[in-house]
Amino acid sequence: MTDLSQAIRDEARRLLSDGLVDVVVGFEAGTIPLRASPCFVRDAADVERLVWNMSCENNLAKYLTRCSGRVGIVAKGCDARSVVGLLREGRIERERVHIIGVPCQGMLDRRRIEAELAGREALDVQEREGEVILRGDGFEVALDKERYLHASCRACRFRNPVLYDTIVGEPVAEGTADDEYAAVREIEAMPPDERWRFFEAQASRCILCYACRNACPLCYCTECFAASTEPRWLDPSNDATDALVFQIVRMMHTAGRCVDCGACERACPMGLDLSLLTKKVGKDVEEFFHYKAGLDVQERAPLSTFSPDDPGGFIR
Amino acid sequence: MRAVLIAKDQISVLLAALLQGRKLFAPVDDGGVIAFRQVDSPQEVVLDYHNSTVPPKRLFFPQTETLFRYGLEGEQLALEEPQPASGEKVLFGVRPCDARSFTLLDRVFTGGNHCDGCYQARRESYTVVGLACTHPRAECFCTSVGGGPFATEGSDVLVTDLGTDYLVEAVTDKGAALLEGLSGGREADEDSIRRRAEAQAAAEAALRGEINTEDVKRKLQEMWDDPFWDRLHEKCIGCGACTYLCPTCHCFDIVDEGSEQQGRRVKLWDSCMFPSFTLHASGHNPRPTGKERWRQRLMHKFRYWPEDHGEVGCVGCGRCVVDCPVNLDIRQVLHDVEALAKKVE
Repeated sequence: MTDLSQAIRDEARRLLSDGLVDVVVGFEAGTIPLRASPCFVRDAADVERLVWNMSCENNLAKYLTRCSGRVGIVAKGCDARSVVGLLREGRIERERVHIIGVPCQGMLDRRRIEAELAGREALDVQEREGEVILRGDGFEVALDKERYLHASCRACRFRNPVLYDTIVGEPVAEGTADDEYAAVREIEAMPPDERWRFFEAQASRCILCYACRNACPLCYCTECFAASTEPRWLDPSNDATDALVFQIVRMMHTAGRCVDCGACERACPMGLDLSLLTKKVGKDVEEFFHYKAGLDVQERAPLSTFSPDDPGGFIR
Repeated sequence: MRAVLIAKDQISVLLAALLQGRKLFAPVDDGGVIAFRQVDSPQEVVLDYHNSTVPPKRLFFPQTETLFRYGLEGEQLALEEPQPASGEKVLFGVRPCDARSFTLLDRVFTGGNHCDGCYQARRESYTVVGLACTHPRAECFCTSVGGGPFATEGSDVLVTDLGTDYLVEAVTDKGAALLEGLSGGREADEDSIRRRAEAQAAAEAALRGEINTEDVKRKLQEMWDDPFWDRLHEKCIGCGACTYLCPTCHCFDIVDEGSEQQGRRVKLWDSCMFPSFTLHASGHNPRPTGKERWRQRLMHKFRYWPEDHGEVGCVGCGRCVVDCPVNLDIRQVLHDVEALAKKVE
């Protein structure tokens, strides 16, 4: 157990015993290695369930729009930015939310670790300064943590929550990736045919389970366009075209709002590189409107406002 | 039944032989996703995999299936039904949990008063070659639900990795017929049968955490209104990963696509996790929230299935455990139900 786990428990206990919140949304230990699981603690006696480790990969802001009453939320950098987004969009009331900020060192990409283990199964996972130690049947390996973080975490420049009511632990160094958008630039540089084939191959794997959409804290529409029957935007039958249309519209809906938390990519059971899409949207919004989502509760969204100072190079 | 021992480096010879005059479907690695596809050469096949990302049920119960196409030619209505692909097929390398799922799906689509002819035709065109599971993983629980890492239900042939060799055993007459025509390998000796038994014992021992599904069924029968359901679904984000990747989930929807002039009727996978599941035309839904949807999922697999078929509707493959974006582990849920059952007693 880490010191952060203890600090989160202490803070949750305080909030619950003092009656400041009705529920604390945090993480509990997962049931399989390299996983943690969102949990809801309503009784100060249950705070021992709460943990903090490098598998707390879900964006808990997702639950804010579904929880009633006063909610304490354990928020790493990206969760906090999503809370900013939800506040800005009027989905939640500030006084109803108590943000327990947690400086985040990035979350481990379990799929890349599994690929590295090449069939061997990690049964025990220990985190150490700069390393993650994996033990299994007859093996032990130490991996450099930073190299096995999710793509969104490696480039993250907001590991320290931008908004919080209480903060636990010490501030951490921000991500050091030289070029956050290097992978996007590679795709942009492809000839159109090759780029089309790339996305076609990705889309052909999609099974339209909607895990990506449902994991996203900013996807809160009562009825998604994908489920609408009147009018019917998507054929219900699943083929690569429907999957592409779905992803493109999903991206358009989150442009200027997406904080690139990576929740969609982590949720995808088919391992689609969805962060390529979220990063492309983030890059365009940054270049076209000089805007980064999830930093300011007051600021108007770039796509719902006009400013003569917009660079606007794409439209001139 | 016939049993043959084939040196591991000769497996491609066996696969090549299977390709003669048959269509071969086997696991392939598509950028990290393991899926069953038709292959043209033994080199495409991967056998050192834990389990396929997508279960092979897709071959018998496709995600999208055209039931018929229609078109208006003047005043004349033309209907066209798709013809099932002919020819002998082999489905190679299916894990025992998934092979067993075929026998459960058979009960749904061919076992009752109604028989889905399209499903049956597809199902019967395949000879299934199972691949024994020598290394169950942390998410596996087949032995809790009536299966086993070396179970043969649903397989016509069972292949076991013995380290340097594969032991290839016919399980059914269909499997024996498949092996009959194949050359290569040598007759299995007693030693290899003994090694298989050892591997089986080791694999079974590696599976942890038994669930008493009989207790679970009895408890589920009396807990329709239990407050348990109010909280169970709380962390669930309502996606279809668990059901779409489940080898036994078989709920489907039927929709018409197209216009008055032409179109098609399609059968599609449905998921009890979706808001559109059992949504009535009136707008009413008897399962309006995650609470009722989760209750349906659990009741269907662990109460209605045992009541209707005498077996639970789960083969313990663990895909819903691994693929759930929030790690809402069905084994934990079942243990919680078991604990409630004990509390009452």
